[in-house]
This record gives sequence, C-alpha cells and structure tokens, in this order.
Amino acid sequence: MNEFFSMGGYALFLWPAYAVTLLAIVVNVYTARRDLDRARTEARRRLASGATGDAPSVAAAASAVGGQP
Amino acid sequence: MSGPGVFRAAVWVVQRDLRLATRRPAQVLQPLAFFAVVTLLFPLGYTPELAKLRAIAPGVLWVAALLASMLALESLFREDADDGTLEQFVVSGQPLTILLLAKTATHWLLTGLPLTLMAPLVGGALGVPFAALGGILSSLVLGTISLSLIGAVGAGLTLASRRGGVLLSLLTLPLAVPVLIFGARATELAIAGDSLTAPLYLLGAVAVLGLTLAPLAAAAAVRIGLE
Amino acid sequence: MDWTWFHKFGSPPHVYRLAGLLTPWFAWPAALLILGALYGGLVLAPPDYQQGDGFRIIYVHAPSAWLAVMIYAVMATAAGVGLIWRMKVAHAVAASCAGVGAWFTVVSLLTGMLWGKPMWGTYWVWDPRLTAQLILLFLYLGFMGLRASIDDVSRADRASAVLALVGVVNLPIIRYSVEWWNSIHQAPSVMKMDRPSMPFDMLAPLLAMLLGFSLYFGAVLLIRLRAEILRRERNASWIREELT
Repeated sequence: MNEFFSMGGYALFLWPAYAVTLLAIVVNVYTARRDLDRARTEARRRLASGATGDAPSVAAAASAVGGQP
Repeated sequence: MSGPGVFRAAVWVVQRDLRLATRRPAQVLQPLAFFAVVTLLFPLGYTPELAKLRAIAPGVLWVAALLASMLALESLFREDADDGTLEQFVVSGQPLTILLLAKTATHWLLTGLPLTLMAPLVGGALGVPFAALGGILSSLVLGTISLSLIGAVGAGLTLASRRGGVLLSLLTLPLAVPVLIFGARATELAIAGDSLTAPLYLLGAVAVLGLTLAPLAAAAAVRIGLE
Repeated sequence: MDWTWFHKFGSPPHVYRLAGLLTPWFAWPAALLILGALYGGLVLAPPDYQQGDGFRIIYVHAPSAWLAVMIYAVMATAAGVGLIWRMKVAHAVAASCAGVGAWFTVVSLLTGMLWGKPMWGTYWVWDPRLTAQLILLFLYLGFMGLRASIDDVSRADRASAVLALVGVVNLPIIRYSVEWWNSIHQAPSVMKMDRPSMPFDMLAPLLAMLLGFSLYFGAVLLIRLRAEILRRERNASWIREELT
C-alpha cells in the first residue's frame, strides 16, 4: 500500500497532479448542473409571472371577463 | 472592388488621418514618449552597467514596443466610431477591409515607424552595439507592422464593449506574443553578431499572415461593433 | 443533398431535448472509462524504465492538454458556424465551451509543471509548446472577457466568434511546435501517423482516458448548452412544455 502511495518517490508531484485534475472534473460538473438548475428556476419564474404575454395572461383575462356578474 | 475608386478612397483615408494627427500631436507623441520612458527606466532602476543592460535589451525593447503600441491602439478606431466616420466607411460601398487597412497603415506610420526610428537612441542607452542596429531595425519594422495589424483586430472587437482599455490589451497580447518572441530573438542574435535570418523570416511570415487576415477580421469586428 | 438534418440543429427546442436525452449516454461511459483508465494507469501499467512511476502523470496531463485544444477547436467551429449560418444555437455551444476549456488548459499547465519538475528539473520552460498552451489560456480568457463586456447577446456572440476564429492560428503551433522547433517537450508518441511507440499496457489506459475525458466534456457541454438555451429563449412557449 505504502509503495503505491509513494509512487517510486514521485508522490509529491503525482498526487497533486491527480488531485488538481479531479478538482477540475468535479467543479465543472457541479457548476454545469447548478447553471442548468438556475436557468430552469429562472425560466419557471418568468413563465409564472406571465412574462410571455400569451397563454397565462390570456387565460387570466378570459377568466376575469367570464367572472363578471 | 470598384477599381480606381478604392485607391482614391484609401488615399483619402490616409491623408485624413495624417491631417488629424497633425492637429493633435500630443496623441501621437504620447506612445513614443512612453516607449522612451519605459526603456530608460531600466538603466535607472536596474543597473547602469552596460554589459548587464545589453543582456536584457532584447526583452526590454520589445516589451516596451509592445506596450507602447497597445497604448496607441486605443485611438485607432474609437474616435471615428464616436463621431460616425467609421459608420460612413461601412456604408460607403467601398471595401471596408481596404479602408481599415489604410487606417492601420497610417497608424503604423505614426506609431510603429517612429518607434523603430527611436530604437538606435533607446538601444544605445541599453548598451546595444552600433553593428546590431541594422538587424534590430529590420526586426522592429516587421514586428511593429504585425503589432498594428493584430491590434486593429482587437480594437475592432472592443468597439462594442463598455470598457475598452484593459480588455483590448488582454485580447491583443496573446496574438502578439509570437511577434514578441521572434523579435526579441532577432534582437538577441543581432547583438551577438550572429545571423538573424531565421527569426526575421518568421517575423516576415507573421507580418504577411497579418496583412492578409487581419483587415478581414478587423472589418468583421468593426461591423459587429458598430451596430 | 437534403440539409434538413443540419437546419434542425438551428431549432433551440429540438437541440434542448436532444441534449437532455444524450447526456447520460456521454456521462456514464465517461465515468466508466475514466475509472477504468485510472486503475489501468495507476495499478496495472508497469513503471517506465526511465521515469519510473513518475510517468503516470501522463494519464491526467495528456488528456487535459488534449481537452484544452479540442475544446477550443469545437468552440471555434461552433462560433464559425454561428457566424456564417447565423445560428443562435451554435453560438450557445461556443459559449458553453469556454469555461470548461479554460479550466482544462489550467490543469494541463499545472500537471505539466508537476511532471516537468522531476523530469526536466524545472517547473517551467519558455519553449514553443508550453508558451502556445499559455497563449491558449489567454485566448479562452479573452473570449470570456469579451463576451462579458458586451451587453447585447447577439453582438457578444458575433464579436467573440471573430476572436475565437482569429485564435485558431494558435492550434497548429501547439500541435506542431514540438516538430518544428527543438522543444524540451517530448515529441508526439501517440498521435503519430505510424504506430505509437508506447507498449500496449501503458498505452491502453491512456487511450481510455483520452476517450473518457472527451465523453466527459460532451456531457458537461450538453448540460451547459441546455442552461444557455434556456437563458436565451426568454419568452418562448416551448419552454413551458419542457419544464412542466
């Protein structure tokens, strides 16, 4: 085991290299997924607030008209 | 291309820029003064020993030339963009690439060329031997031409952005690095008295590549930047 | 020739859905390949007769460097397609590439330094390939900086596309600098036209890593691309269907 970790004496260089690569791999996946989640939430928010100006507000206007006594 | 019309238009652009430059000499002189000051900082701040200065002279000369060119690039398109002249170029019906090439050529006449001519003085302050000057001047001519061309692309690209200055340098420097490397190498060889044909050819190659591609890229960039 | 398939890629909802479907097909094979290659490279491959166990850095250095260059090529191609055919989706692809590309350029430089120190005795040499790789990093940063500084998305897309295309001249320098100049960096031993000069049990994990990293990039790109498309398609009604 110790022999594996010492990597023939190159451990000081090899393991940081692997660590930095692993870091990059993990960070990029994490930030990508977070980016997608945020974009989704943003889009949902925009839709909910009727930003599109079509279906939701039309439906709201229609129901408002229909609700007149 | 619309034949004689293009040539006349290009000449007109050159004449106009030269005329404008004479009205604002300070703007032309500032990058040159910067070049002188930066190079002269080294004998003052590092060491007065000519032998040591000679060793760093290639790098110092070229970095200073690069920085001075960056300074001068700000004014290449910005003013014409602001007062609407650049837009006139775009809609004029003349090939924009040629007009921008004319502007870049004038820019070089006002920056790169004087810089090159200052090299003997500045080089002398850094301990550069007289015999090396021929080679150094040739490399600077080719190098400053490339720097003006590469800079034109950056200047075009940053027309659209809110803050020009630093971003312009950030964009232009990576593309300018080969010029820096070959130019410094040529200067080093010239000082040592060796043949500098290899880096000179490479500088020439970069200049030719720049001459063919940069105006195209700059024209594309300017069109995007002006919308 | 029927170009409908090409123009379908101009449709954001189509690309969005496709990206969503394809992501696991990139992600899982990538994970398996990388883990397998890790085992193969660290455990199975024998030590090099010259560099001992130190050579194993190649299993992270070479794939990172490959990614740095390949991602730029993808980014520039997408930017070019966007510029010429005026496809917003292509610009979205280019934008999605930049961050990952910059990251792996940094990794390639760092892992290279960590390999260089024990092997060449120095962390850094200003030789053509290393310098060109550093320039690559600045090109990525310039691309991202330029996009960030232009408010209008469409103009940012096109300006950064011009920049990306101009920067393509750097790629052949990276690839061929070790052949053109006497570089301290070793000459290509894998991607030569004739047979690679590495023994198979060292080569196999490397090839697996290269493929695994490439697929990994594909997965990340697809995720980023979906986010980018959502952000750009401000008010499109297709989004409602997708999200509910």
